[in-house]
Amino acid sequence: MISDYLQTVDWSRAQFALTAVYHWFFVPLTLGLGVLVAIMETLYYRTGEEFWRRTTRFWMRLFGINFAIGVATGLILEFEFGTNWSNYSHFVGDIFGAPLAIEGIMAFFLETTFIAVMFFGWGKVSRGFHLASTWLTALGANLSALWILVANAWMQHPVGCSFNLQTVRNEMTSFWDVALSPVAVNKFLHTVTSAFTLAALFVVGVSAWYLLRRREERMARKSIALASAFGLVFALLTAATGDQSGAVIARVQPMKLAAMEALYEGGQGAPLTVIGWVRPDGRPVNGEIVRYKIDIPRMLSVMSFRDADAYVPGIRDLVYGNAKYGIMSTAEKMARGRVAVGELARYRAAKEADDRETMTAIEAEFDASTPEGEEFLREYFAYFGYGYLESPEQTVPNVPLLFYSFRVMVGAGMFFILLLAAVWWFNHRDRLAEKRWLLRLCIWTIPLAYLASQAGWALAEAGRQPWAIQDLMPVSVAASRIPSASVCVTFFLFLALFSALLAAEIGIMLRQIAKGPEPEKE
Amino acid sequence: MKFGWAVRIVRFYIEGFRSMTLGRTLWAVILLKLFIMFAVLRLFFFPDLLAGKSDAERADQVLEELTDK
Repeated sequence: MISDYLQTVDWSRAQFALTAVYHWFFVPLTLGLGVLVAIMETLYYRTGEEFWRRTTRFWMRLFGINFAIGVATGLILEFEFGTNWSNYSHFVGDIFGAPLAIEGIMAFFLETTFIAVMFFGWGKVSRGFHLASTWLTALGANLSALWILVANAWMQHPVGCSFNLQTVRNEMTSFWDVALSPVAVNKFLHTVTSAFTLAALFVVGVSAWYLLRRREERMARKSIALASAFGLVFALLTAATGDQSGAVIARVQPMKLAAMEALYEGGQGAPLTVIGWVRPDGRPVNGEIVRYKIDIPRMLSVMSFRDADAYVPGIRDLVYGNAKYGIMSTAEKMARGRVAVGELARYRAAKEADDRETMTAIEAEFDASTPEGEEFLREYFAYFGYGYLESPEQTVPNVPLLFYSFRVMVGAGMFFILLLAAVWWFNHRDRLAEKRWLLRLCIWTIPLAYLASQAGWALAEAGRQPWAIQDLMPVSVAASRIPSASVCVTFFLFLALFSALLAAEIGIMLRQIAKGPEPEKE
Repeated sequence: MKFGWAVRIVRFYIEGFRSMTLGRTLWAVILLKLFIMFAVLRLFFFPDLLAGKSDAERADQVLEELTDK
């Protein structure tokens, strides 16, 4: 039974990862292309030029394909919270539910209401109302992302909540602490700016294909001029928000930072590894996990703590503790977590025995309004999730996966900045059509943009492991006790469904690109 | 015309759907996808373990799960 439960946990993780990866194939283009289309329609509104109407309608059609195929793929993730992760869903209570409810009620309805006007309203509503609908659709999509990312950020950094022993749920104590936590703000800005960059690269890549075939040259040049400038601005902002994310992670998820740097031994003035070879098992030999590496001295300390001499804890410090720098060992956290889990078990026994006196005493321990309760919550319940771990080494995520994901994301991001700057420059000088190698490179950068975006999520989610909720609940406790065979079967059903959807999207999209924009009016 | 605006909205949607070309393929994909997600997967493969229980029963079940592991 135990082994079937562990298989359920693994299959549930695989299934959630699969659905999240496929869902994210559709989302970033919707976020960014919606805004680009709205800018193009604004140009049509201001100039009244038929050219901009036709250009807007072409990109809007590609936006519509992506939206239609991708819509509701996120619902499967929400099913999985209730079915595969029922312990987690109950434990997070309204904290997770509130942002998702706002997303469903406000943002999704805003998006779906105005998307109808956006597609059906040409010539039927005023130009101003149509333009407003296009902007509101783009805004709605990005607001949806905001609330989903707020919920995800809470899993990385649970704040603004208190645990209610009677309901066995975390309850929100401050909506604004949850919505405006540094992790939530950074995650939203980094995700949205990277999605805008991806959409810009998509527009540049598709336009480059037209230039290579000497078709729709005016539309391609104008689209490239707009998308390369837009993409360049947001690629730079992605780098800036990514840098800020690193500083936030250093404070709230130091193990994620140490793992993505494969930093085993901490140190003052820690270097940033540009590239290297990570031992596949992620284990150190002579205190090093990375070989053949190229470092930038002190850069990791600067990025993490804005101080070239700052101490950056390594995996060893975080697992085994470092008294000099006040880092508690994982073994100590496990001991404290077990006290909290033990008190919960004692409460359950008292409840079953209807022992009111013991129940009242334990309820007082979990009461944040009293000094004793505040101390218990801070000293013991804060490490609740550690109480379920079997060894301190379990807190180390997959080091090679994180190390390479981070470098793919950052390396690709730097390449996007250079590419967009070059494309903008040559297009501005009217020399882009001669640079056929650059146009081909633009086309092949589209899949690279998706790879970089997925790598970012792999880093964020795999870097949180073993936690479903950082420090409070490991994934092994979060999963529902359902038959592993059922999760395994649905994993492959989802794989088939999503692969078919992705193939349909790519097929329909390629046909529409080959067809090109609607014919020009006489 | 008390409900003139509502009629206009309904007509707007009907005409919009009628004038679709590529949209029909997309709607077919959307409906097929929703059917698979809600009718097949939701009904046959995703029992909600906490559904139909009172708040107290849910709390008891999760308390049991958290203290049995």
